[in-house]
Amino acid sequence: MTSPRDKTMTADAAVATLESGMTLGIGGWGSRRKPMSLVRALLRSDITDLTVVTYGGPDVGLLCAAGKIAKLLYGFVTLDSIPLEPHFRAARQGGTIPEVVEYDEGMLQWGLFAGSLRLPFLPTRAGLGSGVMEVNPDLKTIRSPYDDDEELLAVPGIRLDAAFVHMNRADSRGNAQYLGPDIYFDDLYLGACDPGHRFVSCEKVIPTAELGSEGSFHTLKINRSMVDGVIESPNGAHFTSCEPDYDRDEGFQTAYATAARDPEAWAGFVEKYLSGSEADYQEAVNGR
Amino acid sequence: MVDSSEVHPADVAVLACAEAFRGDGEIFASGMGTIPLLGSRLARATFEPDLLVSDGIAFFVDGELPLGSQNRQIEGWIPFRSVFDTLWGGRRHVIMGASQIDGSGNTNIANIGDWHRPKVQLLGMRGGPGNTINHAVSYWIPKQSQRVFVEAVDMVSGIGYDRAASLSPWVRQNHRIPRVVTNLAVLDFDNDDNRMQIQSVHPWSSVAEVVDATGFELVVPDEVPISRSPDTAELDALNRLDPKGVRHREVSV
Repeated sequence: MTSPRDKTMTADAAVATLESGMTLGIGGWGSRRKPMSLVRALLRSDITDLTVVTYGGPDVGLLCAAGKIAKLLYGFVTLDSIPLEPHFRAARQGGTIPEVVEYDEGMLQWGLFAGSLRLPFLPTRAGLGSGVMEVNPDLKTIRSPYDDDEELLAVPGIRLDAAFVHMNRADSRGNAQYLGPDIYFDDLYLGACDPGHRFVSCEKVIPTAELGSEGSFHTLKINRSMVDGVIESPNGAHFTSCEPDYDRDEGFQTAYATAARDPEAWAGFVEKYLSGSEADYQEAVNGR
Repeated sequence: MVDSSEVHPADVAVLACAEAFRGDGEIFASGMGTIPLLGSRLARATFEPDLLVSDGIAFFVDGELPLGSQNRQIEGWIPFRSVFDTLWGGRRHVIMGASQIDGSGNTNIANIGDWHRPKVQLLGMRGGPGNTINHAVSYWIPKQSQRVFVEAVDMVSGIGYDRAASLSPWVRQNHRIPRVVTNLAVLDFDNDDNRMQIQSVHPWSSVAEVVDATGFELVVPDEVPISRSPDTAELDALNRLDPKGVRHREVSV
């Protein structure tokens, strides 16, 4: 008899399996429960030319600042308590993101859902008549085949080569648990991703038998068939929120956003926080 | 009635936002920003008791939730996926902001200048396209001016009546902009052409001032009433919902 797969690994090992040019989906929402330790591992790597799909927050800002994004598909990019992500804003106004696809928030869910169901598209009204249609000339509409004959927007299914999400708990086999108020769309990123590069970081890896006592069964929306790698990463969503383990580090986020508005200050921020390992980062954060 | 000399602009603005929800019944009343949020809570606390209001995180809250209070009584769960379900299902009315709005109610929160390389990147489309095509969307604009009230918006993140008219019969039936509330007036589109018109001017404002702060031709009815001021019960509710008076910092006259 063989044992079940143990999928635990380090963030750097996870990123080492990626290749430049991949399409990467990043879970979370704005500055909430972002897989920041995996993003930081990506910043330490040579991986570049990524197509990034996300409800964006500082993940997008950091990847923009590092010049790793070739194409960005987003519903928004925000730090929540700070409405505009400064690196993203600078990148858009400076024209430094080679290709940009901007969707309505609901359209992005629909694209990921269609992708996760392996459908070519899902119909919606969200986006029709708006600027979304003008700035995305590849979007097509489709007529209802029923008596209503209504013209609807066909949101193309999004398939990912790699996916990063951050959860509160997981077991070593990839059953993952969110304990906060919202899963956001994390299960859809994993569902829309081909097997091989579906990575879940978490605050704590626990035995399977303990998942049931951490939260109700409703919190177990991600099962191990959706996951290839599990990375234990305490404080891994920092500085975004990861309720109930911790809130957003507003002081740090303000320092991040302030530094991001000034190239010299940003170089100092990178030197202080982003030039070493994840352990170095956490130590620098603790030493503030 | 309260003596109009004692009326604070923010109270009139919040009440005008609350009035947007009158008659809505049992739907999700949502507000982006302090004044719209207080408007939804004031409506629920007074004349629309069946409205659902959220804590802005993931829960519907029962009773009166003062601004900034963590002492919430949860009556339901509304994570983002359920927000999308609810809004596509039409059981929502939101008051959004807008950096630009035109005479047909097309709005822009996305960017100023050409989208391909914006002069100013704003919030992006967010949920504007989906909101406006699926349910009632009203707007709160804290400083009405010709920079905001423009002939044509740079990017349509929220669709107006002219664009809705070019879409399906279903869209024409479901698209609705009940009102636009500003620091000067309440505006609506309740005429045959669905062009923006003055519904009422605030006590400290005038028709001439509103017209002057608008960069397109506004429909001006023969009779323009003064916006209603809160009565004693409404003022009491407002002071319970915003005991620190945060709202007063949000409206400049």
